[in-house]
Amino acid sequence: MQLVKELLEGNRRALARLISLVENGDPQKYDLLQELYPHTGNSYVIGITGAPGAGKSSLVDRLLKEMRRDGYSVGVIAVDPTSPFTGGAILGDRIRMQDHALDPGVFIRSMGTRGSLGGLSRATQEAIQVLDAFGQDFILVETVGVGQSEVDIVKTADSTVVVLTPAGGDSVQTMKAGIMEIADIFVINKADLPGAERTAAEVGVMLDMKEQYDWRPPVVSTVTLREEGIDKLWRSLQEHRSYLETSGKLHQLRKERVRRELTEQVEHLVKSRVWQQIRSRIPLEDLIEEIVQRRRDPYSAARDLLANIVFPHNDS
Amino acid sequence: MERNRGWGLTMSERKIRVLVAKPGLDGHDRGAKVVARALRDAGMEVIYTGLHQTPEQVAEAALQEDVDVVGLSILSGAHMTLVPRIKELLAGRQMADVPLMVGGIVPEEDAQKLLAEGYADAVFTPGDPLEKIIDWIKEKCRGE
Ligand SMILES: Nc1nc2c(ncn2[C@@H]2O[C@H](COP(=O)(O)OP(=O)(O)O)[C@@H](O)[C@H]2O)c(=O)[nH]1
Ligand SMILES: [Mg+2]
Repeated sequence: MQLVKELLEGNRRALARLISLVENGDPQKYDLLQELYPHTGNSYVIGITGAPGAGKSSLVDRLLKEMRRDGYSVGVIAVDPTSPFTGGAILGDRIRMQDHALDPGVFIRSMGTRGSLGGLSRATQEAIQVLDAFGQDFILVETVGVGQSEVDIVKTADSTVVVLTPAGGDSVQTMKAGIMEIADIFVINKADLPGAERTAAEVGVMLDMKEQYDWRPPVVSTVTLREEGIDKLWRSLQEHRSYLETSGKLHQLRKERVRRELTEQVEHLVKSRVWQQIRSRIPLEDLIEEIVQRRRDPYSAARDLLANIVFPHNDS
Repeated sequence: MERNRGWGLTMSERKIRVLVAKPGLDGHDRGAKVVARALRDAGMEVIYTGLHQTPEQVAEAALQEDVDVVGLSILSGAHMTLVPRIKELLAGRQMADVPLMVGGIVPEEDAQKLLAEGYADAVFTPGDPLEKIIDWIKEKCRGE
């Protein structure tokens, strides 16, 4: 594929186009990803999640500065919610990152959560692959930490940062349990606001409830406006990375990811093959009508549909 | 689209992506935000980059976000320099064919010139209904 060739030569337009193709579920998507795959596996992925307004985009902006100072190239995927009513979205995370807009070592892409639950984490995962093949050393994924799909996205990250703020005071208790568990690092952002110490202490108490840690998540206070604590966050991220690398956990994580990917691919292929054959043979609308009228039932109908599916073993 | 998913189709979820940018030194972005919200409500993904963007920042955001349409909101009166400059920077990024619309206070004469010289594909002024912008974008993105 021409686009893949161009991407591998460092063409940013090709990179942008390829992310769109995978995000839009283009029919060629898996052929493209297959071609990119040998060039992936070199990026380190960092997930940044937390409530809307917690300061995730501001933190990404500051982290970019640290990472660029150390000479790393960085890809950013910033996810904002799609309106469930209109299907539209305003993606505004770039506003806080515009200082890096012209830096050739930085590539920022905004994504809407769009339709489906599983769809988002897949689209994000695939965009990561494309940025990885492009050669970004780090990939930062910003997501709003409110639901299961965000937790899923974070599964694709090597290190996960959960961003809390002092606002409300009870943010720790109200955070989703699932989200608390995925944190490798806690950030208490807006540490300039009252209650920050208490929030940090609450996280500490929560962490103390578990007795043994291979990696105890550090709690880092930051003030993005004054660039406070960002160096500490960057250091914690690097420490977490070397912990994962030296303990063999990184390899384990990546094996899990491949296992999931392989499972999903098999399921995808089975599904699309099955439906292809069914659709080419059977007028589904008629069958549905029969079921609606109770002349048939969906259970035996499904079994009959599957009875004649063939899986030739010698096709590609 | 959504309803087809159960049939195991990998439906292409083509969404129109629009960059709404404010190049130059204008003081506020109320108009740009109104347009951004209208486009969102029409089902589009709007990438909004905030105030005081340089032409280079606008073009680069358009590239990275792979938008289908670039929208510029310009109230400062600098449209005759900003628009051609941005068009040129887009062309330098293999994006010469991405439709570019301008919104703001643009005298009719200037609008005609921008259109005639191919710098802009549409110019909207504050009196234009939002539907006009939405329809224009949909028209431009049809059949892609
Ligand atoms: N007081 C204070 N405000 C902050 C800090 N970091 C970010 N903000 C503000 O919080 C708001 C949301 O920031 P943003 O980065 O967009 O949050 P996101 O929604 O989590 O990406 C903005 O108005 C920021 O200026 C901070 O350290 N202290
Ligand atoms: Mg954000």
